[in-house]
Amino acid sequence: MKAVYFAWVRERIGKADEEIDPPAEVVTVKDLISWLSAQGETYAYAFERASVIRAAIDRVHVKPEAKISGAREIAFFPPMTGG
Amino acid sequence: MRVVSVQREDFDASAQARALTQGRSDVGAVVTFVGLCRDEGGKLAALELEHYPGMAEAEIHRVVEEAETRWPLAGLVAIHRFGAIRPGEQIVMVATASSHRAAAFAAAEFLMDYLKTRAPFWKRVVLKDGTSEGWVEAKDVDEAATERWE
Repeated sequence: MKAVYFAWVRERIGKADEEIDPPAEVVTVKDLISWLSAQGETYAYAFERASVIRAAIDRVHVKPEAKISGAREIAFFPPMTGG
Repeated sequence: MRVVSVQREDFDASAQARALTQGRSDVGAVVTFVGLCRDEGGKLAALELEHYPGMAEAEIHRVVEEAETRWPLAGLVAIHRFGAIRPGEQIVMVATASSHRAAAFAAAEFLMDYLKTRAPFWKRVVLKDGTSEGWVEAKDVDEAATERWE
């Protein structure tokens, strides 16, 4: 699946998007954040405050408990500040 | 009539609001809100607005559909810009048209509360001395404003 990152999550990781292939035991968005956090220092920094990170699957907001199976694109970003 | 746009260019808020009542006589109320970039006491050079292309449009359409189910609206406009926006420039507009003012006011406020907290946009502050103050932090007061509709 494709992972996409925005705002300071993107800056901390150092890339806007990438293909990821998490193992089968990564079931939920929360699991994926834990898995990504272990992929290196930049990821650990980006996800250090996991509770503030928001996620979207295929461009729809989802909760941390949401299952990632079947997702084509999963996005991680800080709380939004539009308007 | 429904106008949803995510764009880099500026928009003509008056023309957008006028179009809501063009050729019809059943509309009794139009509420227009425009959000502008402040200079923050002269320090701010620009806001850089990042967005999630595709999701920003989709999310605004979802919020608009929700507004249309909650209030009897004759039409609405929701436009949000991205890219570099300087002090005094327009960032966002919503306009709502209805037979009576209560629905138009409520729907406009609902749309703005949701645009601020649910539409995937992020503001970064660029200061006049060329430095960046970093990303604008989400405010609890904005989240609370959205939650009161739920």
